[in-house]
Amino acid sequence: MKKIDTYPVDGKFGKYGGRFVPEVLMEAVTELEAAYEKAKNDKRFKEELAYYLSEYVGRPTPLYFAENLTRKAGGAKIYLKREDLAHGGAHKINNTIGQALLAKRMGKKRVIAETGAGQHGVATAMACAALGLKAEVYMGVEDTERQKLNVFRMKLLNAQVHPVETGSKTLKDAINEAFRDWVTNIETTYYLIGSVVGPHPYPMIVRDFQSIIGKELKEQFKQKEGRLPDALVACVGGGSNAMGTFYPFENDADVKMYGVEAAGKGITTGKHAASLGAGVEGVFHGMLTYVLQDNEGQIQNTHSISAGLDYPGVGPEHSFLKSLKRAEYVSATDKEAADAFLALSKEEGILPALESSHAVAYAMKLAKKMKKDEFIVVNLSGRGDKDVETIADYLGVKI
Amino acid sequence: MTAINETFQKLKKRKEAALIGYVTAGDPDPKYTPQIAEALIKGGVDILELGLPFSDPIADGPTIQEASIRALKAGTKPKKVLEIAKQIRAKHEVPIVIMTYYNPVFRMGLDSFFRLAKDCLVDGVIVPDLPVEEANDYKKAADACKVDTIFLAAPSTSNERLSNIVTYTSGFLYLVSHFGVTGTKASVENATLQLIKRVLPFTTGRVPLAVGFGISKPEHVKSVVEAGADAVIVGSAFVNIINRNRENRNQMLLELEETALKLKKAALP
Repeated sequence: MKKIDTYPVDGKFGKYGGRFVPEVLMEAVTELEAAYEKAKNDKRFKEELAYYLSEYVGRPTPLYFAENLTRKAGGAKIYLKREDLAHGGAHKINNTIGQALLAKRMGKKRVIAETGAGQHGVATAMACAALGLKAEVYMGVEDTERQKLNVFRMKLLNAQVHPVETGSKTLKDAINEAFRDWVTNIETTYYLIGSVVGPHPYPMIVRDFQSIIGKELKEQFKQKEGRLPDALVACVGGGSNAMGTFYPFENDADVKMYGVEAAGKGITTGKHAASLGAGVEGVFHGMLTYVLQDNEGQIQNTHSISAGLDYPGVGPEHSFLKSLKRAEYVSATDKEAADAFLALSKEEGILPALESSHAVAYAMKLAKKMKKDEFIVVNLSGRGDKDVETIADYLGVKI
Repeated sequence: MTAINETFQKLKKRKEAALIGYVTAGDPDPKYTPQIAEALIKGGVDILELGLPFSDPIADGPTIQEASIRALKAGTKPKKVLEIAKQIRAKHEVPIVIMTYYNPVFRMGLDSFFRLAKDCLVDGVIVPDLPVEEANDYKKAADACKVDTIFLAAPSTSNERLSNIVTYTSGFLYLVSHFGVTGTKASVENATLQLIKRVLPFTTGRVPLAVGFGISKPEHVKSVVEAGADAVIVGSAFVNIINRNRENRNQMLLELEETALKLKKAALP
């Protein structure tokens, strides 16, 4: 395999990525890039970030051998990287604490964010509260309904939540509104994007902050097994937990990487969110990437049982890894994810987020096809307490 | 020389500023768009800007977002918009500019899009989410078809970027008047007038300067023109009239014409 160089180059991952934003934002994204480049090499910033990651976020998160799940799957050994144990219950805090520190450094006092499932909104609210910044979160009305608990959590954490009534009233519309806020309040406001999406430099910044996941698990796995895992599995909506897991392994050719998208009710039904699996190249939310769209270039509505994967685009670096065939992108249906949620809960006593359940579902299938002395690491990106109501609905149980 | 340039030259001789009128094509239904265009032209619009609706218009405020949704619901497809443009342009001298977002253009393919635009007598194209840094292929495809590429400048645009943008833009430069999205505003900010003064040295003698976003009343037009703009762009004010009178087409057309007339009057010497 050809070595993958450091990307992005000039804001692009191969041909993907870029900065397709209104002119008003060009200075802001350029300023952000410069501030980040400076911060990333600054000793004090690195120390500050390390401090918050260990003392506030609770890192490193464990790498847990899921013995019972391995037995049930009946094949390769399955390890879980426990991002569900990070503060807030998901990997999202790795990025929000990093970007909030950056916002503070840049002298911005107001932070805006979008959220789908509410996990990024909660993580933004937490980081901002800890660092004394004002947080305002855009969330589609559809999502505020299905994730009421997270809306209330954000309010408790001193964030203001703006329900978004436009378009499909989900994550993509929340991002649209955040962009509209940003162009209006650019001088005072930092836009804290929650995934490896958007215009350059966001996909790079978010990947870098999330790559702590892959770095830690590489070390932890070496200590436990004395080698590298054979396969990495992570769910992909925008793709930040997967990118954080994959990035430190991009040049380890023997480590296979699987990104699991939401197949919803099935790819053939059209009710899904598999941008890489069923989308075509397009330009959306500031980036050239795979997009679910119709023949005229209108963005399509998506469906997934998990709000966090319900997004018609995907991070440009994933499109790049797909084009290089370095990572393989597969999918799991709503039903497969729900079944995996139940399996992991029962077998290991761990409630996984419905997003992460997609990765668990695929890993169990993959394990069967692999040898018993081979290893899979699943990034368990979040915990499933927020999804208990959805699962009860799925089971037809009233709680 | 392109039709847009000719229009500006003609107006310059008469010491008039141009009124550029925007409506979303297909709002509320594609069959009304030619009549709406006719009313605006009768009212004195010098350049017609037709919105090709996109599902996720991040640079637009609620007025044009809702118009885009209505147009898409009415089945307005990119090819239909270009056909409508051709139908209007074949009857009128007024240049037509298509304003859309990059994805519908990208999806059709740059060469196919501009060839079709040219065949449909389109004079220029505006894509607000395409900065010059990403526009090399786009510019080439447009130049090959002799379609004007109108780029935008904003209050945050540095002088350095401004001189670069001026080399990419043709037809006119679209100056975004304030930080924000499209939509009507009560008044023109002093900062907008300062901005026009800052930008003028870059455009004078090279390309006409058109100011848009938040301009809806004759007094706005007057102050922007007095500050030195060659053109004003009015969109949401017209789209609001269309929305208000969806059930009464005669009233809609009458109000559009009257409003255009008043705005154009404010652009006269």
